[in-house]
Amino acid sequence: MTQPSLEKGVNILREQIDGPVAAFFSSCVHCGMCAEACLFYTETGDPKYTPIHKLEPMRRLWEREFTFAGRIKKWLGLAPPISDEELEQWQPVVYDSCTLCGRCSMVCPVGNDITYMIRRMREGMAASGNAPQGLIGATTRAVKLGSPMGVKLATLEAQARHVKISTGLDVPFDEEGAEYMVVLSSMEVVNYPEYLEAITRIFHEAGKRWTISTEAFEATNSGIQIGVSDIAAELVGRIVAAAEKLQVKTVITPECGHAYTALRWEGPNLIGRPFLFKVRHILEVLDDLREQGLLQTSGMENDRITFHDPCQLVRRGGVVDPPRNLLNMVSNNFVEMEDHGTMNWCCGAGGGVSANEAADEIRLKAFKRKKAQLESLEVETLVTACANCRIQLEEGIEENEMEIPVVGITEMLAAHLVEHPSSDEGEQP
Amino acid sequence: MSGAEFLLWMRGPGISFAALFFIAGVVLRLIEILMLGRTKNLAELRGSGSTAGMRTIATRFLPADANTFRRSLPTIVLGYLFHIGLFVVIFLLTPHIKLFQSVFHIGWPGLPTPVVDFFTVVALVSMLGLLWRRVSNRLLRFLSTGEDYLSWAVTFMPLLTGYLSYHHLLLPYSWMLGIHILSVALLLVIFPFTKLMHSFTLFIARYYNGAIAGEKGVQQ
Amino acid sequence: MTAIKAESRRPADETLGEALRSHGISRRGFLKFCATTASLMALPPAMIPVVASALEKARRPSVIWLSFQECTGCTESLTRSHATTIESLIFDHISLDYHHTLQAASGTAAEAAREAAMRDNHGQYLLIVDGSIPLGNPGYSTIAGVSNLDMLRETAEGAAGIIAIGTCAAYGGLPHAAPNPTGAVSVSEIITDKPIVNVPGCPPIPVVITGVLTHFLTFGTLPELDSIGRPMAFYGQNIHDRCYRRSFYDRGLFAETFDDEGARKGWCLYKLGCKGPVTYNACATTKWNNGTSFPIESGHPCLGCSEPDFWDMGGFYRTLSMPTGHFSTALGYGVAIGAAAGLASALLGRSERDKARSAHEKVSVDDLDKGGSS
Repeated sequence: MTQPSLEKGVNILREQIDGPVAAFFSSCVHCGMCAEACLFYTETGDPKYTPIHKLEPMRRLWEREFTFAGRIKKWLGLAPPISDEELEQWQPVVYDSCTLCGRCSMVCPVGNDITYMIRRMREGMAASGNAPQGLIGATTRAVKLGSPMGVKLATLEAQARHVKISTGLDVPFDEEGAEYMVVLSSMEVVNYPEYLEAITRIFHEAGKRWTISTEAFEATNSGIQIGVSDIAAELVGRIVAAAEKLQVKTVITPECGHAYTALRWEGPNLIGRPFLFKVRHILEVLDDLREQGLLQTSGMENDRITFHDPCQLVRRGGVVDPPRNLLNMVSNNFVEMEDHGTMNWCCGAGGGVSANEAADEIRLKAFKRKKAQLESLEVETLVTACANCRIQLEEGIEENEMEIPVVGITEMLAAHLVEHPSSDEGEQP
Repeated sequence: MSGAEFLLWMRGPGISFAALFFIAGVVLRLIEILMLGRTKNLAELRGSGSTAGMRTIATRFLPADANTFRRSLPTIVLGYLFHIGLFVVIFLLTPHIKLFQSVFHIGWPGLPTPVVDFFTVVALVSMLGLLWRRVSNRLLRFLSTGEDYLSWAVTFMPLLTGYLSYHHLLLPYSWMLGIHILSVALLLVIFPFTKLMHSFTLFIARYYNGAIAGEKGVQQ
Repeated sequence: MTAIKAESRRPADETLGEALRSHGISRRGFLKFCATTASLMALPPAMIPVVASALEKARRPSVIWLSFQECTGCTESLTRSHATTIESLIFDHISLDYHHTLQAASGTAAEAAREAAMRDNHGQYLLIVDGSIPLGNPGYSTIAGVSNLDMLRETAEGAAGIIAIGTCAAYGGLPHAAPNPTGAVSVSEIITDKPIVNVPGCPPIPVVITGVLTHFLTFGTLPELDSIGRPMAFYGQNIHDRCYRRSFYDRGLFAETFDDEGARKGWCLYKLGCKGPVTYNACATTKWNNGTSFPIESGHPCLGCSEPDFWDMGGFYRTLSMPTGHFSTALGYGVAIGAAAGLASALLGRSERDKARSAHEKVSVDDLDKGGSS
């Protein structure tokens, strides 16, 4: 076992500096607009939560080592090196009060992708030992136990048995050559088993062959939240190995935001090669099935509902229309929040914040933004597509003594699924 | 030294040296940034990064949406007024156009001077407003560094001295015009090594931001 | 100009009033001159009688006129005035004791006249200089074997004051233009202990000279000067501000060439290099040739001839806002230097990053806790 060190952290931070980072730091004019886009600033009014300010140590490193004027300043002794104390001091703003939601990156007038840089800054923070304890614990469990929540295969198998009992359908494990391989988030396995049942029924009706790998069923990736690409690559590698072993065409990520980012967008870059399979979010797959007529529903929800956009799925993931198409299939009273789609507000718990006890207080403070959004709409049901958002939303709603149930899209669709009488296995190719 | 001699020196070696410094600094900074590069995205792309990047260069001229505009109203309104004023003054005043013409050999029609004069005042007043906000608003005061005030000052001075020289105020015109050019020289020299570089790098920043998002299918 | 006769000097005690009357100038005509001069010098109307009585009583002062590196244009400008006027009579009735273009005497006799005037009126005579003084080599310009520098120093020593006529004497003028082969300088760069009035222009407006003389005769002092030694009364106005084409400048209507529509319509000549905005002179108000016109009115941009270094303002036809010198070359060098330095800096940065990447130690979950408790 080695020790984290400042030297290691700074060295890794140095690896992170690229053209975008240099262009972003060069362009900032300190206008403060990113603060107005960040719920940690809007809900606290504390300027230290200004997104660009969260990057100050990294900016100083870039200036010192990657600019001509900065090297002169360094040589004159005007640009002191980054210290461990400084990084430690920055921990609360880099981890506790940033969900990597990317809203600041949308409003910056000079076009800085601040979130891109915070993701990179965390690499240096983690390697220098300045990641929060909660996230270290979750990451350690993810690597050693296969799940940040410590969920084991036996738990999943128990859920599969429940599905069998209530639907009569098998949850297929380790089936080679299946079209889809489904990965799940621990939170779904433990808190929202409805999801597993819903996809089992939907895929059965659509006549799709799918499977779950017993070797890699966990979709979440604490590595990208804590900011250690080496660990993130290892976690992604497990899924890649399983998917390639089972020779599936598509890996479906669950109702979880960052799992999508981790596998769909960061994955190939983490392991250094393109995947031999496709990665799709469950909502993309369901929307495809809808288009192909393989997803048929009946009846409509009359409740006034709205959709909370999970940041990593929508703003940072590009899955904007599918949730809306799917909701309109089963609801005739779907209303958008005032800020919605790529401009929706984060629930306040993404980017590892939910795994970080130190952030508990500010996480619930940040929820006030969502509360205001919900109150102005007067909705009866809140729909989302991320288990992590869902836990935060439920907790926030309870904390604020509101009464709005939170539902996942997939299970809402399954509730309206048109099911044909079972024709045994004959339907499947 | 007479005003004429001072003006002559500023129009000659003074501004030439400043321009040399400026262009060298800008080229240096741009190469520094661009040569750091961006690693190839290995993920299966949902859209063209370069198309989205170019798009974002254009779309970021406007606020992301109405609520963003409302939330940062003073910053955006003052910022627009200042930048529009600055643009008109720099590029649409006939004497300035002749300056560009002498370098690039292309010219374009200028605006009547009272119009440019109006925009100068707009730029000056909005800059004062921005400065007032920077010192009085808690968030902006927290974010501001010495560089922000320096950048403000070196941008304000050419506008002010230009206004004073056009109106033949305070000093004889030769002196004021010389001081105006001196203030521009100062701006040019400081420019590449401060946030003023954003006038060039924002195009790179927006491109990268748009490309990173566009590859994931997020349109901005 | 007929009456400058060094060899027949009038008695020094004859007043100007007496002299004028003996030449048949009426009191009415004289007062009119006084009023005009007073208004040109921006004196209040109440000062007109003061000017008149001062001039009437004024003793004819002794004047020595030295011409150095010059073209005689200044003298021509004064002597070729449109008509015989009171201005010329003022000249008639100063005791112009030495002016080597105009005086009849030559050689030793001429120099003797100068020396006599200096001796007789020591400390009281007025010295007028036109032309610049070469410092490069005393032989570049001599009079009677005496270098300009020596003659100026010698003559200035006993002068009550000096009037530097024309831009050459005032600021170096044409001889001073780059590369200034003779090392030409202005009077004020040599003489620092005497009151000097600069009356620049190439040439200066005649009435400006008589105005200054009138002021000297009236008040016994030299007029109020601007920061570069010019009488405020005549050089306080900016050509651009007083230009009758100013409205075209403001409207953005410019002549682009000398024969385009704009030129024919009398639009602003700024783009054709007009130096009006940086030029202070009375041309636009007093005008030339008995008030007929001034250069801009004739369709030519102002050259800025009453300003120092007007020959070196980057060319008469180069727009004032255009940089002079090697601006474009500087930009070229800037790009080259920036590219080289940028490349060096970027490669240095990249190599630091490459070094960091090759020194990368794989981070595992056991390397995250500072406390090392895991």
